[in-house]
Amino acid sequence: MSRFSLGRRLVLAAPYLWIAAFFITPMALIFKISLSQPVEARPPYEPLFSFADGPSVWWQKLQMLGFETYRALLDDPLYIDSYLSSLTIAAISTLLTLIVAYPFALAISRSPRYLRPLLLGLAIAPFWTSFLIRVYAWIALLKDEGLINHALMALHVIDAPLGLYATNTAVVIGIVYSYLPFMLLPLYSVLEGQDPSLREAAADLGASPAQVFWRVTLPLSRRGVFAGCLLVFIPAVGEFVIPDLLGGSETLMIGRTLWNEFFSNRDWPMASAVAVLLLALLIVPLLIAERLRLRAEGEA
Amino acid sequence: MTLTPLLAVESVSKRFGAVTALEDVSLQVGAGEFFALLGPSGCGKTTLMRLIAGFERAEAGRVLLNGVDISNEAPHRRPTNMMFQSYALFPHLNVFDNIAFGLRRQHWRREGVKRRVEELLDIVQLDDFGARRIDQLSGGQRQRVALARALAPKPLLLLLDEPLAALDRKLREETQFQLKDIQRRLKTSFIIVTHDQDEALALADRIAVMRAGRIEQIGTPIEIYERPANRFVAGFVGATNFVEGRIEATSNGAYFVAPFGRLKREGCMLGDGAAAVLSLRPEQIKLVRRSAADGVAGVIEDTAFRGETTQIRVMLAGDARLLVSSGRDEGFAPGDDVSVVVSSDAGALFAESGQ
Repeated sequence: MSRFSLGRRLVLAAPYLWIAAFFITPMALIFKISLSQPVEARPPYEPLFSFADGPSVWWQKLQMLGFETYRALLDDPLYIDSYLSSLTIAAISTLLTLIVAYPFALAISRSPRYLRPLLLGLAIAPFWTSFLIRVYAWIALLKDEGLINHALMALHVIDAPLGLYATNTAVVIGIVYSYLPFMLLPLYSVLEGQDPSLREAAADLGASPAQVFWRVTLPLSRRGVFAGCLLVFIPAVGEFVIPDLLGGSETLMIGRTLWNEFFSNRDWPMASAVAVLLLALLIVPLLIAERLRLRAEGEA
Repeated sequence: MTLTPLLAVESVSKRFGAVTALEDVSLQVGAGEFFALLGPSGCGKTTLMRLIAGFERAEAGRVLLNGVDISNEAPHRRPTNMMFQSYALFPHLNVFDNIAFGLRRQHWRREGVKRRVEELLDIVQLDDFGARRIDQLSGGQRQRVALARALAPKPLLLLLDEPLAALDRKLREETQFQLKDIQRRLKTSFIIVTHDQDEALALADRIAVMRAGRIEQIGTPIEIYERPANRFVAGFVGATNFVEGRIEATSNGAYFVAPFGRLKREGCMLGDGAAAVLSLRPEQIKLVRRSAADGVAGVIEDTAFRGETTQIRVMLAGDARLLVSSGRDEGFAPGDDVSVVVSSDAGALFAESGQ
């Protein structure tokens, strides 16, 4: 093997080593914790295996593994409801982010070339300040004595405060606001790369401006839509800060539930099981989607 | 004859900022005509085509189709179709759906769409390609899909923007014949934009030669080639020799006095002493072995064999050089003494002041 090919292998191996060291290994440790029993100790769980046991005891213990934590998790409606509510809030937020970001991305991609970096920079500029502070700022905007309610009441649009703060609506608003750039950037990048003569060709063949959008611009931007939706949906499902700050007692999201298990109940195995199931919920559909996409492209 | 032309462009002007793209351009295209807009890049030919398609608006002038002013119609409301230089095929649709795009916008019925698309696939000889994706096609196949897509909705006028520019030379020549054949069969008016004079001469019934936003001459290929209106047209269309000189009117008739000698001219419209330029095509000049009898003395400087012709460079008195094209191989070699014979009606003579 030449030195070149060795160097090449190392470079190619780097991402795999990275994923192995910082994703798969911690995930495996969490999975291991999820299979053990909680105890009042430090760490607050009973180790699955100890080196003193020896192989025969290891084998015995392995056969006795009961996945009780997972059973408990699936039996308790609190967890199921948390997952479902997280998925619903994330899905609604993703859709709204897409609807808000698409016109932005379209407008920036159609503006004069020299203006585009500036407009894009302005859209991203707020994200130079702390995420936490920006979410806090929404409390001041949304609460009953806040800016939005005051303004609407002064304009006589509403008579009483809307009661937005500490609701699921507030969480959705917070997610849409916080994740906008993750949707905007992939959308902008596909829209900016679209050949304008395709739109002209569609118009030339009799497509009205609306038809040009639905038949050409939108279908040709589906990669950006897909990428942006993943970038928003996945972190939104597990979001903790936004529901914690903007949500109310009604807001049930898995990130909050996980936090409670870990820090309040100190039930590390349950917290780990919640995390493992969350990962499975997100990664399995993703792998299926990716497989379908590859197959569709492979056939072509 | 008061027949309404299919397309009439009337005194159209268009500016992009400080740049004048079109200046008082007028032309007419008849039904079933193959018309070419020919000129160097930046001459405004593409702007004119985009204006006819509706992608640009003129500051002054009108565009009429069958006598109806369409100057302010949006592109999707115009019964014209365009074949784009980049082809602009929709990458997310297959060949069939690309060709059907215009038909579906006109709400053709399913069966009609299928029949029309198959008819066009047959015309462009891509019969079994309907299900192919665009990225599975070669450049020549894409070109034909683009043509089929533009023809499908039966436009009154088809605009073709440099349709052959992306093809290699051999394919380009083949495609020229196909294009002309298709146009003749469908009897649709074609307007082709090209910077390639061979293409314009080979394809078009009439050519408009453009320069710097203006039309220099409109005529049949033969008129443009043999009777160019000015020095620019003579130089742009085909190879030519420009000889600068002046006119000498005598009782025997007019002569063109070139640096290398006097050439008799027939039907000369210029007065005695007028500065003039004579455009002589390489094939309008005859070379014979040196004799005292006729012609101007010269020496062969170089020859280049080009297959069907031989290009010969002749050195004349006054350090003048002429490019001569000879159909037969007469065995001239560099250094041979020859006489250059130019008949008195050959070439085109222009007054020098205009240039």
